[in-house]
Amino acid sequence: MLIYILRRIASAVSVVIVTLVASFGLFFVAPTDPAGTICGQRCTPERYADISASLNLDEPVVQQVGDYLKGLAVGRTYHSGGAAIDCDAPCLGYSYTLGQPVTKLIGQALPITVSIVLGGAVVYLIIGILAGVVAARRRGTYLDRLMVGTSLGINAVPYFVVALLVSLYATFLPHSAYHPLLENPLTWAGGLLAAWLTLGLANAASYTRYSRASMIETLGEDYIRTARAKGISERRVVYRHGLRAAITPIATIFGVDLAIQLTGAIFTEAMFGLPGLGVLTLRAFNQYDLPVLMAGVLVGSVVLVVMNLLVDILYTILDPRVRLG
Amino acid sequence: MTEPHLLSTPDRRPDTVSRTRRVAGDRTEGQSYLEVKDLTVTFPTADGLVRAVQGLSYSLPLGRTLAVVGESGSGKSVSSMAIMGLHDPRSTRMTGSITVGGEEIVGMPPAELRKRRGANAAMIFQDPQSSLHPYFTVGDQIIEAYRAHHRVSKRVARDRAVDMLGRVGIPNPRRRLDDYPHQFSGGMRQRAMIAMALVNDPKLLIADEPTTALDVTVQAQILDLIMELQQDFGSAVLFITHDLGVVAEIADDVLVMYGGRGVEYGRAESILGQPLHPYTWGLLESIPAVSGEPARLHPIPGTPPSLLALPSGCSFHPRCEFAGRVPGCTVDLPELVSRTADTTRASRCHLTDPAGIFETDILPRLP
Repeated sequence: MLIYILRRIASAVSVVIVTLVASFGLFFVAPTDPAGTICGQRCTPERYADISASLNLDEPVVQQVGDYLKGLAVGRTYHSGGAAIDCDAPCLGYSYTLGQPVTKLIGQALPITVSIVLGGAVVYLIIGILAGVVAARRRGTYLDRLMVGTSLGINAVPYFVVALLVSLYATFLPHSAYHPLLENPLTWAGGLLAAWLTLGLANAASYTRYSRASMIETLGEDYIRTARAKGISERRVVYRHGLRAAITPIATIFGVDLAIQLTGAIFTEAMFGLPGLGVLTLRAFNQYDLPVLMAGVLVGSVVLVVMNLLVDILYTILDPRVRLG
Repeated sequence: MTEPHLLSTPDRRPDTVSRTRRVAGDRTEGQSYLEVKDLTVTFPTADGLVRAVQGLSYSLPLGRTLAVVGESGSGKSVSSMAIMGLHDPRSTRMTGSITVGGEEIVGMPPAELRKRRGANAAMIFQDPQSSLHPYFTVGDQIIEAYRAHHRVSKRVARDRAVDMLGRVGIPNPRRRLDDYPHQFSGGMRQRAMIAMALVNDPKLLIADEPTTALDVTVQAQILDLIMELQQDFGSAVLFITHDLGVVAEIADDVLVMYGGRGVEYGRAESILGQPLHPYTWGLLESIPAVSGEPARLHPIPGTPPSLLALPSGCSFHPRCEFAGRVPGCTVDLPELVSRTADTTRASRCHLTDPAGIFETDILPRLP
């Protein structure tokens, strides 16, 4: 098990490095002109050269990749117009449009996104799985049809409509804002409630259907009949025997969903004015802030790889037949 | 002896059969523990009413084994699920009466039913691979079954589970208790299922094709185990199967079902030795011959009837080669009544001389 995890981590690191190098190539070797974009329309050749040098764009690409990786590992120093800027490890570069080290920007944005996504996940997992189980047990009844219909309806309308409904009708919620968790957990949760509710409701719709389908399949299994034949309560049959098995495929979907949401919660962040990772990378995209974009790619690939690893490890806990090796 | 054809396949050891018979003969007929009277089970569906079981009656005393034989869709499993109260009351209509130990099952509130399920009557299923929960240890599942009906500590239940695993012949039971089902072989799994079913000492054991999914050699072991445990526990066994070889080995009485109805009932030796219903003849003929010249199989022509729309008259008449010999087959449903001097047996057929037809037409064809 331990060897398996170590091997997976090693392969995860190599995946991240390959992603990094590939995106580095795309961004920096592509026929674009980052220095020119940063410099703007009224650009003097001196300023252009200065920007090129500070971004190390005048060096060979291989050298640039090497510098970047070195910066990640041990930190590096940027020189801009004679001034030296220290960038401590893990150095993700320096954002010239914001004038800040990228690591610091990511460090500010990541907790916001993680807070939004994990809180939202709690909401949609609880609502979605419970609703799915209830619908599966009442399969074919009006309640079941109502739940499936509502779920399809929520999925059919654009995400921002859900957000709009939450902000229009859930006016009793505290004003949406980010306060660090460690300062005051209550204000932290309060400021994120609206975002959690939006993300939670929108995704609960899908999870209702996943868990309904998984539960219906599980409840038809022979071992559920065996459980009933023992004379245990129906509640125990459904939740201990049924849900226990039905949850495994949901865990797979959840792992992937979580990774996607962590890198793509732009809608939620933007609509509720929470400056998370999505907002940061979107701004970087518009302003051609390459170091920030690169960091976005890096964080995204790390998140994806880590989530996959976690799902695989979770699988061995959920299903005793799965043995890693 | 008119039944050598049943003893010729290799997995049925003649000594086992004769032993079973001897035991059956020794038993004194007690009061019936299970009594099924005019049971009808229907499922309303979008396509119409599925009549899975109609007018089924039989009784089973303690210490005896009744084999219920029939094709898929004959109602044999549905009727046994009804005895366990395992049908969803929202989608099932049941009329008639089932009494287990004197208590009426039909119409019993679900909570009451649950208390009796697994305690008075327990069930083992066809495929132990899919019938055991893959995510829980074998011990966990047996302990759960015991604690569902006994207010005891986990420790006591665990000792009981170890004891039961040992009794069904699993070596090293204390260690194997914490194994998952996938760590057991097929035969072991079925032994564990039997241990789970018998952990509460039920008076009635329903075995729904418990050997169908197993290797032939393992089959014989499991059958022996069930017979052995039946003697130890003195329970009644309802054995559902489509395999007449298994019937020969294990059953005291036989009920042949077709299209949701009982078509022939009697002592195993008389049903197997001199069956009186054309459907039972068909079942005997479709057993492949293992010894002698290779011959073509003789399947029963046609397919089992749709339970949505049973044929008129005798349900079997479209597939019966003797249906033309007597009038009424297509019009009147025959009763399941005794038609010979032997009052312990009954059949549902209009033929006037089934014993004669069996001797002249059927017996020469049997391998």
